[in-house]
Amino acid sequence: MSKDGSIDFLTTRLETMVSWARKNALYPLPFGTSCCGIEMMASLCSDYDMARFGAEVVRFSPRQSDMLIVAGIVNAKMAPVLRNIYDQMSDPKWVLSMGACASSGGIFNVYSVTQGIDTVLPVDVYIPGCPPSPEGVIHGVLKLQDLITQGVTHAQRKERSLAAGRGL
Amino acid sequence: MDHGDVRTSVPNLYGDWVQKFGSLWSGHIQVAQGKLGKAITKVEMPPQALTDVPIVHVALDSWEAAVKLFQSDPGLEYDFLADYTAIDESPRVPRFEIVLNLFSTRHHARVRLKTSVEENQEAPTLISLWPGANWAEREIWDMFGIAFKGHPDLRRILMDQRWKGHPLRKDYPLRGYQFFPTPETIDPKLLES
Repeated sequence: MSKDGSIDFLTTRLETMVSWARKNALYPLPFGTSCCGIEMMASLCSDYDMARFGAEVVRFSPRQSDMLIVAGIVNAKMAPVLRNIYDQMSDPKWVLSMGACASSGGIFNVYSVTQGIDTVLPVDVYIPGCPPSPEGVIHGVLKLQDLITQGVTHAQRKERSLAAGRGL
Repeated sequence: MDHGDVRTSVPNLYGDWVQKFGSLWSGHIQVAQGKLGKAITKVEMPPQALTDVPIVHVALDSWEAAVKLFQSDPGLEYDFLADYTAIDESPRVPRFEIVLNLFSTRHHARVRLKTSVEENQEAPTLISLWPGANWAEREIWDMFGIAFKGHPDLRRILMDQRWKGHPLRKDYPLRGYQFFPTPETIDPKLLES
């Protein structure tokens, strides 16, 4: 729209438009299993305010959310539960692996701990730190928004692949 | 500055317990030795032994009787089960040691009871003395594989029910990962009861 109210044209590709809408309305599902969860809460609260980037409506139901934030250690017994939650989320969905434990198992290289959640589900952004600061979390969300704009996330690749009839 | 014998200059790990409970403990141990006799194989008393509380080693045959005595004898009354666990002492024979940390709500003193268990040997359950021993014994079974004779529900409590091996045994590999594709399901019979 121009200043006098008359309608001008905006040309774009549908995919770009949809990606723009998606990246600015991320619905996080907090999977906080340990201390990273506290930093995740801090980054959602008023001091850091993830709402500025369109990711403020935390949903505790996987069916209503599209960004899984795995904040903390995932042990072997929890891994299938996490996979279940991921499978229940609505497509397209994105995964943030927050902190050393979720990304690599951290210091817990023992029998009871998964060595990174990427052994059970596809991860788009890894946030380093033990735990990462809220700035780090916000950086991770912004990085994810960049990736969504570029269309290179796992979910979008899968979408394109399905649309082209190539299967998964 | 001469510290002399380290064991006497640092009598215990928790301040003045020895001054406070020393005579009480020796009295209690005498009572227990009088009633149990040879069943008590060894007693480690602070500050002679490097420990914070007396450690009473009991033969497995009279384990239940000894624990019952410490729990409910009118003179002793160590009635609070503070901790109940085990140690894998391999390659020592007998391999395992069951450790019981008791606290007396009457005397405000603590005592530690120990008994040795061979591999594949069953220990008597203590559920009749403390109902709370139920889950502790399940944890010992889960982590060390020590079975308890008379336990009503000896299932794994921490690890997945499909897990193989007992992770806190010394011969279990540190990185012996076992991953399962589906979440653990509960036995429907348990939900009914």
